[in-house]
Parts: sequence; structure tokens; C-alpha cells
Amino acid sequence: MTKIKFIEADGKEHEVEAQEGQSVMQAALNNLVPGIVAECGGFASCATCHGYVDEAWRTKIPPPDAAEEAMIECAFHVQPNSRLTCQIKVTPALDGMVVRLPVSQTNE
Amino acid sequence: MAERIVIVGAGQAGGELAAGLRKQGYKGHILLLGDEAHPPYQRPPLSKGFLLGKVALSDLYLKPLETYARFDIEFKPGTRVEAIDRSSREVSPRDGSRLAYDKLVLATGGRARPLSLPGLEGTRLENLFSIRSLSDVEAMRGGFIPGNHLVIIGGGYVGLEVAAVAVQSGLRVTLLEAAPRLLSRVTGPEVSSFIERIHRERGVEFRLSCEVRGLELDEARRQVRGVSLACHGVPERLEADLVLVGIGLIPNTELASAAGLAVQNGIVVDEYACTADPDILAIGDCANQPSAYTGGRIRLESVPNAIEHARVAAATLMGKREPSAAIPWFWSDQYGLKLQMVGLSTGYEQCVTRGSVEHKEFSAFYLKDRRVIAADVIGRPAEFMAAKRLVSSRAEVDATRLGDVAVPLNSIAA
Repeated sequence: MTKIKFIEADGKEHEVEAQEGQSVMQAALNNLVPGIVAECGGFASCATCHGYVDEAWRTKIPPPDAAEEAMIECAFHVQPNSRLTCQIKVTPALDGMVVRLPVSQTNE
Repeated sequence: MAERIVIVGAGQAGGELAAGLRKQGYKGHILLLGDEAHPPYQRPPLSKGFLLGKVALSDLYLKPLETYARFDIEFKPGTRVEAIDRSSREVSPRDGSRLAYDKLVLATGGRARPLSLPGLEGTRLENLFSIRSLSDVEAMRGGFIPGNHLVIIGGGYVGLEVAAVAVQSGLRVTLLEAAPRLLSRVTGPEVSSFIERIHRERGVEFRLSCEVRGLELDEARRQVRGVSLACHGVPERLEADLVLVGIGLIPNTELASAAGLAVQNGIVVDEYACTADPDILAIGDCANQPSAYTGGRIRLESVPNAIEHARVAAATLMGKREPSAAIPWFWSDQYGLKLQMVGLSTGYEQCVTRGSVEHKEFSAFYLKDRRVIAADVIGRPAEFMAAKRLVSSRAEVDATRLGDVAVPLNSIAA
């Protein structure tokens, strides 16, 4: 089990246990983490599972592909560490990862 | 606050509402009733990745079964509600039991519109399919054998997505459409002809302006052998190994109307998802709701609408009032090409394309009164979010600049 901590825009923290192979988005959905909307269901089509990956883990995940980059380019509140969490696969190397969630997805 | 919320329908809207209530801290009892065997799952991949075999069954589930139990959401599969007793505030499933509610949410979705042909009423045909549920796809899969001829009735998104999967699986495909062009209800002629082209390139055959006159059955009347049609008045007969009917959705409103609730192209609700009965709400595909975007009433069949409507209903049930300002959006996927649509183009005056139709990377913007009311974005995902903003801002735009790829889309809103 890999632990991932999601931090909502208002600071509320949610530590969840993620399973290897699933997406970081799915780990959030399975644990009812507010702030991951995931309208398109994980196909990099909507940018509503946008999160900021903390520096220490950015290098531990493969960089975004063209489709993800295109969606992020036009998402709301983009930062250099913006990712679509549906495109990040959970691996043991991600244990302890912190993902902050943008204010645009908190209005659930 | 309600102590016991019963949700009828465990599709995207129902599942989202159950989860949303817990996310918002609802402490009462949540009972989620579904008539299928599965927990809430994603329907869009049914006609795309799941049919193609690229998305596994477990990946369709929005959340694993275990999540519902862990968050104290009582989920009952295989439970079809037959009646609502508004005076005693109870619903009765088929098994004869009665389930009490303080608040009831109807998330009953819809069913595939059946083909209406004389002589076919009540006939169950083994190789005639529609796609709405997982079991529909599982039933159809047996016929997905290379070389088989699939006749698709209906040139909407479901028909086109299945056509794409079928030719990629080695089937021969002929698609019949009553209108003179594909997707005629939802898009402009530019996009229709583009879609037709990408399918023709892959070998899909079309019969447009086509009237289906009848199905030819085998002697036992169990299987379709052929489809007779008339295209521009010219009769034709097509042999068929299997037939898919994709001619729209009928909202499941019978439960509501039998209970005396208003139904008009969906269960009539206000901007807070409430029916005229203060204890009954309706959400998702089955609900007809006021839309801030159109200024009128609307019934949408889409995942984003189901999610948004569930959010509105969760707020209402938590004693808040949060009407939606969301803009409708939709997506499709054919041959790996991403199509993203935002807004509703009905009533547009001008279509401006941007990008290269030839290279399968373009956007079509639909303008009315110099404002973008809708857009179809094809193979240009980076433009989709900007297109969404253009539609929601209702800003006046310069059509020439909009069509010029050298002008960044983000700078277009005046």
C-alpha cells in the first residue's frame, strides 16, 4: 500500500491508501476526497482531477504526455507542478506523496 | 436534516450523489438502489474502450464496491423500485418490501429508444442490440467476429462510436441515418462531413437520408437476417449478421408520473433539483431542469450533467441552495481522435473553423449575436478549456481573429 496525502485548497488533509497500478485520481475517488471531480473518468479530457504534485515526488513520476500537457496548458490555476492525477500511476516510489488541490475544484 | 435519504438509480448521478453527501459530512442513512447487478459505473466507455476490450470491467466501476460500505452507503443492486407512496414516504421494490425515506432522489436515467417497426412489437431478437448497460455490451460482443456485417441504425454518437470500434475489430459496417447528415441534432454540417470522412477512410459505409422499412427475420423469428431500407426513395436490402439500434434515449419517468409528479421531457425539477414534492428530488438524465446557460428548461444526457446535478442536489439536501451555472459539455472518442464539445449549438448563425480540417485538428465555433454559444474541438485539446471559457463568458468575439490560429484563443474574448 502506498500512502498519498491530498490537501484541499482550504488546507484540509486527506491521507489515503492507494493501490499500485491504479491512478492517483482513482485513489482519491475511492476515498471520497473532495476536490477531485473527474468528470471524464480518467481519459485526460476535462482537467477536473488537476492537482499540484509536491516537489519531492515530481521527479519520481514520468513526465506528462502530449495529451496531458495540452489539457493542463489551459486548465485553471496552473502551476509548474500541475498534473492531471488521472495520468499518474501509483507506484511504491510514490509512498508519502503530497498532492495539493486547486481552488477551482473545491466547490463541491 | 433528513435522517434517511433513498436514491433510486445507481448510475453516475446516483453514485455521485451518495458520495457527495458523505463528502459534505452528511451523517444520516444513505440507501442507494440500483436495478443492475453492478455498483455505479462509467457508461461512456461502453461504446468505446470497453467494447474494444481496452478497458477492463473493474475499471468501469466508479468506485469499488468496498468504498460504499466503508463510507456507510447502503448499496442494493438488483433492486428495481416499482412505486412511490408519497403519503407514507415509502418506495416499494419488486420484492414487495417497503423502504421508508425522509428524502427521495430519483436518478433513474433512461433506456435506449427501441426501433419502432410494424410487426416487430414484443419480438425479442437475438442479434438486435442497443447499448445502454454493461449487459447490453456483453450480449453484443459475441457477434463481434471479424468479417461479420454490422448494420447500425442511427448516426448519433453511440452509433458512430460503435462503428469505429467495429471496423477496428474487423467487422464490416454499414450505418443508416434518417437525416441527410450525421450528428445532425448536435453539430453543424462542417463537423458532420468531417466525421463522415474519418469513418469512410476506415471503411464504414453510409446510407444517409435513409428510411428503415423493415427487418427480415429467420424462420424461427429469433434473428435478423437483413434490413430493408430506402435511401432517397431507392429501395435496398442489406444482409446483416447483427444490428445495433442507436436512436436516442427515453428518460425513465414512469415512476415519477405514476406518483403524480410533473413530467415533461423528463421529471420537472427546479434549479435546486427539487420536484413539486418537497421531499422528492430528481437528477441526471431523467430530470428536466432550468438552465442558466440556455435561459430555459433543458434535459441533458451526459456525465458532466449527472455530476453537476448530483452536486446541486447534495447541496439542497444539506440545507444549502446552490443552483448551477455549469455549461453543458460532452466528449467522444473515435479512432483515438478526441472530440470535445461545449455548449449547445442549436440556433447558431455562423460557424467559424480554426485549425486544419485536413490534418484532423480543428475547432468549430458556433456564433450567435457575435458570441460563441458552442464549440466542437477535434484533436486540439489545448483549445477546449479556452473554448469553454469563451462559451461561459458570453463575450463578443471577432470572427476573423477567432478563425486565425496565429491569434491565441485566450486573447480572443474582447
